[in-house]
Amino acid sequence: MLSRPLFRFVRDDRRINFMRGRHMGLIVSAVLSIASVILFFQPGLKLGLDFRGGIIVEAQTPGPADFGKLRTALDHAGIHPDAVQAFGSPRDVRISINAPEGADREAQTQKLVDGVKSAISAAEPGTQVLRADAVGASVSSELFRDGLLALGFSLAMILIYIWVRFEREFAISAVVTLILDLTKTIGFLAITRFEFDLVMVAALLTILGYSTNDKVVVYDRIRENLRKYRTMPLRELLDLSINETLNRTLGTSMTVFLAALPLALFGGSTLTGFATVMLFGIVVGTSSSIFIAAPLLLLMGEKRLRKEVVAD
Amino acid sequence: MMYYSRLRLLGVAGICLMGVLLCLPNFLRSPSPSLPWRQIHLGLDLRGGSYLLLQLDLKSLEHDRLQSLQDQARQTLLDRSLGYRDFVRDDATASLSFMPRSDAERDAALKAMQSLPPVVPNEFTTSEKDGRIVLTLQHEAMLARAREAVAQSIEIVRRRIDATGAIDPSIAREGDDRIVVELPGVSDPERIKSLLGTTARLTFRLLAPNPSVASPGSTMLEDESVHTQVAVQDHVDVDGTDLTNAGAVIDQQSGGWAVTFQLNSAGATAFANVTRANVGKRFAIVLDNKVIEAPNIINPITAGNGQITGGFDARSASDLALLLRAGALPAPLSVVEQRTIGPSLGAASIHAGVISLLTGLLLVIAFMVLFYGRFGLYADIALFANLILMVAILSLFQATLTLPGMAGMLLTLGMAVDANILINERIREEVKRGRGPLQALQAGFDRATGTIIDSNATAFLAHVMLFVFGTGPVRNFALTITIGIVTTLFTTLLLSRLLAVRWYALARPKELPV
Repeated sequence: MLSRPLFRFVRDDRRINFMRGRHMGLIVSAVLSIASVILFFQPGLKLGLDFRGGIIVEAQTPGPADFGKLRTALDHAGIHPDAVQAFGSPRDVRISINAPEGADREAQTQKLVDGVKSAISAAEPGTQVLRADAVGASVSSELFRDGLLALGFSLAMILIYIWVRFEREFAISAVVTLILDLTKTIGFLAITRFEFDLVMVAALLTILGYSTNDKVVVYDRIRENLRKYRTMPLRELLDLSINETLNRTLGTSMTVFLAALPLALFGGSTLTGFATVMLFGIVVGTSSSIFIAAPLLLLMGEKRLRKEVVAD
Repeated sequence: MMYYSRLRLLGVAGICLMGVLLCLPNFLRSPSPSLPWRQIHLGLDLRGGSYLLLQLDLKSLEHDRLQSLQDQARQTLLDRSLGYRDFVRDDATASLSFMPRSDAERDAALKAMQSLPPVVPNEFTTSEKDGRIVLTLQHEAMLARAREAVAQSIEIVRRRIDATGAIDPSIAREGDDRIVVELPGVSDPERIKSLLGTTARLTFRLLAPNPSVASPGSTMLEDESVHTQVAVQDHVDVDGTDLTNAGAVIDQQSGGWAVTFQLNSAGATAFANVTRANVGKRFAIVLDNKVIEAPNIINPITAGNGQITGGFDARSASDLALLLRAGALPAPLSVVEQRTIGPSLGAASIHAGVISLLTGLLLVIAFMVLFYGRFGLYADIALFANLILMVAILSLFQATLTLPGMAGMLLTLGMAVDANILINERIREEVKRGRGPLQALQAGFDRATGTIIDSNATAFLAHVMLFVFGTGPVRNFALTITIGIVTTLFTTLLLSRLLAVRWYALARPKELPV
C-alpha cells in the first residue's frame, strides 16, 4: 500500500493553458476586490470589542434564558445595553455595550461590567458568568493602531524579502496579488459579519504569510525555468512553471485546509470566525497564485525578464 | 547522501529524544522538587481567570509633585526671608509661578528656586516671564518618575494581591505607565479591583479653625462618618508612610469593627507633638482625600499607636488594614481593560482546542499517506516529531499557551508538510526525468531545500512582525508559529531526509515509491 501514492490532483504530464484565461482572471479578481473595498466602507466591518471598546458579558442562565426579564433587570439598574442576544445554547446570553462617552468614560466602562454582572445574577440566581470583558477607549484605539502596524510592517517585510531574493517584477506582482487577496478577505469579513478583532488581524497575517509562501514556490520555479529554457516565450514558460508546481500547490493548500477545518467546526466561539476566514483565505491565496500572480508577472515582465536573460 | 554521517544521525536522534524528555513534565508529576520541572503554562483563556490592565494616573503624580514643590519653594523663600505674592499653581501647564516682593529680590528668588533639589535629574526648569518667576515640570522627567512609580506600584500591587490569597498571580509592567495583572482562577475580580483602585494614602491633619468654611491653606473634604463637608488643613502632620503595622479588631467600647495602627518612632514623635499641642481640638484621619473620622484630641497620644473607628464592617476593616500594611500607591491606578474568563468556558476551550488539534493532525496524516505512500508516512513521523519539539521548546521557555496559540500549532502542522510535499514532488520529477533512485532522492532533497528556506523565511518574517507589534492573544499565536517554523525546518530537512536515507540503505529499492 505504501509503495505508490493512491491519487494525484492532476496527471503529471497535464499541461493546462492557464495564461489563456489571464485577462478573465485579472478582471474577476479586480471586480471582487473593488466590490470588497466598497463593502469595507458600506456596510463596513463589524468591529470587535478589542477595537471599538466597551463591554461584553457572556453568561449562562440555569434554565432557558428569559431575555425580557434580563432586559428589564438591566433597565432597572440604569444600564442600557446595545444588544442582548443568544449565542450557542438557549441558556447562553451575550450582553454587549458600546464604550460610553464623556470625560470619565474609562472608569464608566469598567464600572458597567460589575453592574451588568450583579443585575443579571439578581434577576436569574445561579447564573454563571462565562466571560466578562471591558476594554477602555484609549486601549482599543492603541490595539487598533498596533494591529494595523503589524499588518503594514509584514507587507513591507515580504516586499523587501522578495525584492532581495528575486527581481523587482516578482516583488511588485507578489505584493499587488497579496493586496488583492487581502481586500477580498476583508470583503468576506464585511459580508459574513464576523467581528474584526485582534484574532482576525492574526488570521489576515497568516493568510498573508501562507499566500506569500505559495507565490514564492511558483516564482522559484519560474526563476529556475527562466535559466533553464533560455528561448522559451515567457507566456509558455509561466504556464509550464504553474503546471509543474500544480500538484504541490494543491497538495499544500489541501493540508492547510484540512488543518484549519476542525478549528472552524469545533474551535468554539473564539476560533470559529478565525478559522472560517482562514479557510476563505486559503482558497483565495491558492487561486491567486495561479490566476493572478503569474499573469501579473507576464504583464509587467514580458519584455524585461525575457530580454535580460536572452542577453546574457 | 548514502553515508549520512553517524554523528549527524546521533545528533538528530539526540534532539528528538531531548524533545520527548522536555515534553514529559507536562504530563507527569515532579518526582522530586529539586528537578528542574519546566512546564507550559495554560493561558487565562484556557484555565479561567482575570486579566486587568492598570493605568497609572500621570496627572495626579504631576499634581502631587507640583504641590510638594510649591511647599518647598515657599519654605525656601521664607528661610531666605524673600517675599513673594500671587503664588500660582497651574496643573494644566504643570508649572508654578509667583511675583517677587521687589525687583531687587528677583535675582535672589531665582537663585533660591534653582537651588531646590530635583527628585530626578532635570526635573524642572526655572525662568522669568513678565517679571514673574516660573518653575515648569519637564515631561521627560515626569515620565521617568512614572516609570519609577510603576516599579514601586508593582511591589505594592503584589503585596496587596498576595494578601488576598490569589494563587499564582502575575504582575508585570507594560509600557511607561501601565501594569498588567493576571489572576488565574479568579473569576470575580471585583474585590481585587477595588483593592487596587484604592491609593490608600493615609494622612493625619488638623481641622481648620472654622471647619465649616474653606480658608486659605485648607480644603473642604467629605467626612464619610457623618456625610458632611469639613475644612481640613492642607498641612500633613503625620503620613501613612510612617506606619509599621495595621490590623482589624473589634472595638471594645462600641462592639463594632475598627482598624488599629502602629507608627514608627519618627511618626510617633510627630504624632505626640501634634496631639500634645492641640488637646481639645479636632484632627482628621484622611484616606485618599476622604475623611474617615475626625475625633477630638482628648489626651496626647505618645505611644505611637491608635485606632480608627469609622463605621467599618469585618470586610472593610480587614481590607483597610491590608491596604495600610501593603503601603500606599505613589499615584492612583485605574483599570483600563479587564477580561474575565469563567472556569467552565476555559475547560470548554481546552476541550475544543484539543479536539481540533487531534482531528486536524489525523486529517493531515491520512492525506499524506494517501498522497505520497511511504514518503508520506515519513512526513507524518516528521510531523509528529515536529509537534513534540514545539511542545518541548514551549516547555523549555515555560511559555504560556492560549487558544490562539493552539490554533498556531495546528496551522504550523498544516504548513509543515508543505516542505515534505516540495521534496516529494521534486523527487518525483527527477524520477520522471529518468534519474536512478539514489540520484533522484539526492537531487530531490537538495533542490527543494532552497525553495523551502525561501518560503519559510517570508512566513517567519511576517510572524516576527506580528509578535513584535501584536498584543495578548496575537502574540501567543505568532510565538507558536515562529517556533513552529524553526522546528519544521529541522524535522523536514534533517529528520525526514534521514528516514528516507536509512530506508534506502536498508531496502535498496529499484525504484522509488513516488
